[in-house]
Amino acid sequence: MRRVRLLAILFLVSVAAACLMAEFIAPASYAQQFREVPNAAPTRQHLLGTDDLGRDRLSRLLYGMRVSLLLAPAAAALSSVLAAVIGGAAGFVGGWLETGVMAATDLFLSLPWLFLLITVRALLPLNVSPITSVVITFALLGCLGWAAAARVICADARTLCASDMVLLARASGSSGFRLLWRHIVPNLRPVLSAQFWISVPVFILTEANLGVLGLGVAEPLPSWGSLLRELESFSSVTAQPWQFVPLVLVIATVSCFHLAMQEQETWA
Amino acid sequence: MNRILTSIAVLFAVVLNSAPARAQSGNQLRFCIGAEPKTFNPLLADDEPSETVRYLTGGVLMRLNRMTQQLEPELATAWKVSRSGNAISFTLRANVRFSDGTPFSAGDVAYTMQRLMDPALHSPTGDSFRSGEGKVVTQITGSNQITVTFPKPIVGLDKLFDQVAILSAKSQQKEMAVLGPYYVAENKAGSYLLLRRNPNYWKRDAAGRQLPYIDSVRLDIQQNRDMEMLRLARGEIDFINSLSAEYYDKLAAQGAKMAYDAGVSLDSEQMWFNQVPSSPLPAYKRAWFTSTSFRRAISESINREDIARVVYRGHARPAASWISPANKFWFNAKLQPHPFDQKSALQMLAHEGFRLQSGVLRDSGGHAVEFSVITNAGNKARERMATMMQQDLAGIGVRLNVVTLDFPSLIERIAHSFNYEACLLGLVNDDLDPNAQMNVWLSSAENHQWNPSQKTPATAWEAEIDTLMHSQASTFDAKKRKQAIDRVQEIVWQQEPFIYLVNKNALSAVSPNLHNAHPVALRPQVYWNIDELTLGSEVARNR
Repeated sequence: MRRVRLLAILFLVSVAAACLMAEFIAPASYAQQFREVPNAAPTRQHLLGTDDLGRDRLSRLLYGMRVSLLLAPAAAALSSVLAAVIGGAAGFVGGWLETGVMAATDLFLSLPWLFLLITVRALLPLNVSPITSVVITFALLGCLGWAAAARVICADARTLCASDMVLLARASGSSGFRLLWRHIVPNLRPVLSAQFWISVPVFILTEANLGVLGLGVAEPLPSWGSLLRELESFSSVTAQPWQFVPLVLVIATVSCFHLAMQEQETWA
Repeated sequence: MNRILTSIAVLFAVVLNSAPARAQSGNQLRFCIGAEPKTFNPLLADDEPSETVRYLTGGVLMRLNRMTQQLEPELATAWKVSRSGNAISFTLRANVRFSDGTPFSAGDVAYTMQRLMDPALHSPTGDSFRSGEGKVVTQITGSNQITVTFPKPIVGLDKLFDQVAILSAKSQQKEMAVLGPYYVAENKAGSYLLLRRNPNYWKRDAAGRQLPYIDSVRLDIQQNRDMEMLRLARGEIDFINSLSAEYYDKLAAQGAKMAYDAGVSLDSEQMWFNQVPSSPLPAYKRAWFTSTSFRRAISESINREDIARVVYRGHARPAASWISPANKFWFNAKLQPHPFDQKSALQMLAHEGFRLQSGVLRDSGGHAVEFSVITNAGNKARERMATMMQQDLAGIGVRLNVVTLDFPSLIERIAHSFNYEACLLGLVNDDLDPNAQMNVWLSSAENHQWNPSQKTPATAWEAEIDTLMHSQASTFDAKKRKQAIDRVQEIVWQQEPFIYLVNKNALSAVSPNLHNAHPVALRPQVYWNIDELTLGSEVARNR
């Protein structure tokens, strides 16, 4: 099992390295349209062929993975921090704050996410560059994805507050911020870490879902979501099996994240 | 023993009874519609599935032949539009009955017209006949003669009757009693609709055989276009009325002669800039968008040939005008699509004070030229067009941001808040007469998208378009109308309030099992001659 985890981490590192070195590896710019060869099969110039507009698929895959792999963890970190602050405070203070926060969390969890994201996306300013749009998309995911994690953290913080360890700390005069910072937060770290690793693949897939609806990252910037849109047409995919490469990579990456997360949980 | 014999007899009876049913289902035309029809009342049909049902079941006084684009007699054997243009007299076909056996008479035409023009009904078909204040008068002048008089003249009056399915004034079945080739026999909500041959249909072929040849039509409700393609390949449906270029190429590549390209259609794809004075745009951007040279320069920087070749895989044509070349009479053949010429575009922009500085186009105030174009999310062709325009415009130093929005958000921006810079959309056009586009071209119209509902025309050329559109609507001289419409096309070509990109081809797929299908550019592309269509089994039976 340990070897499998090692392989998973190795895979993630290789993918991340390939994405970070996209400028050197990619045979062309992700935006350049080779209009004479749209929908081309793999050739020496275009190892994964070209898309509908003649853009090199390999280049778009590398840059698209970079976008998703850089920004999904960033969004996951944002949602984990929000969950830690909101859930941690609710669990630590308890009483009316906990009741209020949990009610807000329930409300948040009951919202139809996809429609909410579509609405919020539609309200944003139009004249933003593709890079800004992708940052906005992932920031939205981060800001809206804290609720489930906050519930877990709140429960954990509450359990910790009632533990012997915290009772002992209180007895020795520790209270308020010091109690939170020195005793509660360090013990919440493994849960937070697990929540972070769970969120990363979730955000990658959510962005992919938004991309499938045409509401993800703005053109010409690629993302995993926009790359997966090519799979919408079943009949074209069966004729061009190399279009499956982004899907295979998403599955492999998400699986590797889960394996890495299991390792975190073991540590926790 | 008796019981066994009885059981065998019953079984035989069932088998014998089911034999004709099998034969009947074998002569059934099947195709898909994207959604359930919203109504079976032909006067209220507004959505595509309802219009399909209306076309297949409704009997009309005259029908526009989709191939020749000429009117042909149906329930009316002759008609005459009055000199003043506000009345039309029909001579009706005798001995015609509705699907339920009720006889057809001039009273039914009068009843239909009264219902159609009833303001309480809100009939979309009736809207085309509303020429002014006042009542529509129907006068039955003989057993088969009727005159319909409108309060004011209506141009292209006779052609409007192609959409008017005649209702029965006396039938208990109300709008379900029809005069068309089929009647609605079964409606399984969300699943399918079954139409059966109208036993009282009046039309016969040259050999005297009653039409239509096909016994029944099954309309399967299927939203997924991929599934529709699979079902065609499996032989479960007989045609696809409207096909995307991608699917067309796939079918063509398979070798089977199923894919049909009927040539350029009436539909167009276009972009426009927001020129609404009250829009929340900065003044310098409004100045760009209201400048003819700026719009012309953007237009000339877009490679329409590439869009037609790459996005539509060669099944589209660069557009020159708001009227498609498919509209044989009204298209102004003198107009050519704007050429892709970025040098000329930069010269035009230079005259307006724009300059290219290290790859970025700047206006006289030093603002970098950057704008966003909105289009509806999920429309792949438009998203691809916008992305191609993005690369083309980068060639003259313009940064274009492509924004895809869900349809309600897009409509909110272009019709209410006017909070957008440019928009890319298409126009689905069914009407050959340009008068149908009055609601777009008059400066006071709500659909005058670049600057709607103007109290007085904002520019001299819009005032001229108003005058020309009004003048063509008030004359019945086809030559004069054509001159006016040609001039409007010229003005639009020069001013480019809409930057027309391409006219898509009408693509469809027809199974080899379906005979006599001659797909055309006008809707409904494949089944416009439904009376004459035959299936493989029917051809064999006739032999």
